[in-house]
Amino acid sequence: MTISIRSVEKTFGRYPALNGVSLEIADGELLALLGPSGSGKTTLLRAIAGLEFPEKGQILFNDQDMTYASAAARQVGFVFQQYALFRHMTLAKNIAFGLDVRKGAAKPPKAEIDKRVDDLLNLVELPGLGKRYPAQLSGGQRQRVALARALAVSPSVLLLDEPFGALDATVRKSLRKELRRIHDATGVTTIFVTHDQEEALELADRVAILNHGVIEQVGTPQEVHDSPVGAFVAGFVGEANRLEGSVKAGHFQGGEIALPAQGAADGAAVAFVRPHDLIRAPAGEESFFITTDRINVQGPVARIEGKTPGGQRIEAAFERNSAEGLRRGDKLGLTAQKAYVFSA
Amino acid sequence: MSPRHATEDAPWVKALILAVMALFLAFILLLPMISVFYEALRKGWEPAKAAIQNPDALAAIKLTLITAAVTVPFNAVFGVCAAWAVAKHNFPGKSFLITLIDLPFSVSPVVAGLIYVMVFGAQGWFGDWLIDHDIKIIFAIPGIILATIFVTFPFIARELIPLMQEQGVDEEEAAVSLGASGLRTFWSVTAPNIRWGLLYGVLLCNARAMGEFGAVSVVSGHIRGLTNTMPLHVEILYNEYDFVGAFAVAALLCFLAIVTLALKTLLEMAQPQSRPARH
Ligand SMILES: Nc1ncnc2c1ncn2[C@@H]1O[C@H](COP(=O)(O)OP(=O)(O)OP(=O)(O)O)[C@@H](O)[C@H]1O
Ligand SMILES: [Mg+2]
Repeated sequence: MTISIRSVEKTFGRYPALNGVSLEIADGELLALLGPSGSGKTTLLRAIAGLEFPEKGQILFNDQDMTYASAAARQVGFVFQQYALFRHMTLAKNIAFGLDVRKGAAKPPKAEIDKRVDDLLNLVELPGLGKRYPAQLSGGQRQRVALARALAVSPSVLLLDEPFGALDATVRKSLRKELRRIHDATGVTTIFVTHDQEEALELADRVAILNHGVIEQVGTPQEVHDSPVGAFVAGFVGEANRLEGSVKAGHFQGGEIALPAQGAADGAAVAFVRPHDLIRAPAGEESFFITTDRINVQGPVARIEGKTPGGQRIEAAFERNSAEGLRRGDKLGLTAQKAYVFSA
Repeated sequence: MSPRHATEDAPWVKALILAVMALFLAFILLLPMISVFYEALRKGWEPAKAAIQNPDALAAIKLTLITAAVTVPFNAVFGVCAAWAVAKHNFPGKSFLITLIDLPFSVSPVVAGLIYVMVFGAQGWFGDWLIDHDIKIIFAIPGIILATIFVTFPFIARELIPLMQEQGVDEEEAAVSLGASGLRTFWSVTAPNIRWGLLYGVLLCNARAMGEFGAVSVVSGHIRGLTNTMPLHVEILYNEYDFVGAFAVAALLCFLAIVTLALKTLLEMAQPQSRPARH
């Protein structure tokens, strides 16, 4: 199912939580909604689910206007950040709920429901735990049950609000893989909210970046990382050194750091340089120098931190062997292979 | 000696506090309770039994049970509605509604009784209309039930509001997004989550409904065998120096209260994990 979101606005009191959001989601896509806290991610997801109704704009499922359709009519699967499992029901009852509440001919026979519950418990790798209660599970297990419950009704869209937010790093990683596997197995159009960019970049087909109730950029993980369209995305996705300065005739100057800035308008500007795009320059070709004050080797990468003479902090990341022989306090000549410059 | 927990007081402090507590409870609660039963049985079983089997006493017992039987379901339904509205929804005037729910706790029951007399009494606002239609509320059973409903209204609502607030609306939203109707969501998700809190509120409401004196005293008219509840009957017997009779009925009232509380304790023991948030 395709979803079109067109100029959706939603305010709480006088505060605009969504400020004209437009977004197209293709059938079978796995899209991540990424943004800082309070940017409107949950609000947008709830508007798609029918748990919140926008004041303006439209939400279309397969070209059908669903803006004000009830949550029950939308057939979306929603996975809540805090699981929201029915605490007085067994896992099997939880998962079967969406089928149990159906009426008349739409309700599958009991044997079929039982089979579906078993299949889903297998899918989320909790076989045989159907008789347990939510309180008897770990956080990661509860999240899997929440996922199974949402999938039970064969939703046309699966919405997940920070599904792994409350879990520790290892469990997150494995559930992430599992979500990708389940998505590939079911082919259901999926939107998940996260403020963990690593998660978004690793898992999603496309990433939509939300800030102050506005979509800043939508693109593949590589696009938003390598070709940010604005200062917010450049600073928010991936690591970057942020430099303030000005552009004149296609050149950025910020303190003693000069960078190429083709196409940028003259005037005050901010530049972003990723640590990985800084390289150790051969003698004579340095574009600026830093005095290193921290060298940290993590596996194959050496991370260098230092300061320019003008006091600008710079972080660089080299391949380990090109940092060979470097000591704390050394003067280091750098040059940027790539920089993102935007008018301030 | 095992090391003390960080929040634990020194043993002598603990002992002192416990002793003071025990002494206080013994004087304020236990002693009066025992004395009621002692006075009732001072002259043996027979006079006590006779006092309870007296037709007026039996009528009072019956009226008290009827009052409780009407009041408790009524307040259960409206208490659940009020708690549900307050805890799960936002609407203008919400804090006013919460204040209103608390009103019976803060207003003297006698005042509550007087309000009903003023509204429904012969000289009251609807007095003429009620007389014309031959409806009797004040100095009759409907008035007693009304006054009791007023006084005991907050017990169930107050018990449920924090419980429902703490549970939030997540489970309801999950149910709705899985296709459940509003009614189905209430019966399958909301109701099971509040059943123990509701039962607790019902028991407290019941205990108070049987024991209410002030408001009922104003609206009842003290007609023996007709509009006397057990607490009123106790007062009449006492004023007539029939101490054994008064204490016998009082003891029965105490007994009903103890049964209610015992029931509550039993339920809590049977379902310890159902009330996790309220230790
Ligand atoms: N029910 C509400 N009442 C009032 N304001 C709200 C409500 N829900 C959200 N908001 C406001 O709308 C804005 C967007 O909230 P939203 O929950 O969508 O953010 P979010 O991107 O999900 O943030 P987080 O990552 O912290 O979950 C926030 O500033 C929030 O304070
Ligand atoms: Mg959120």
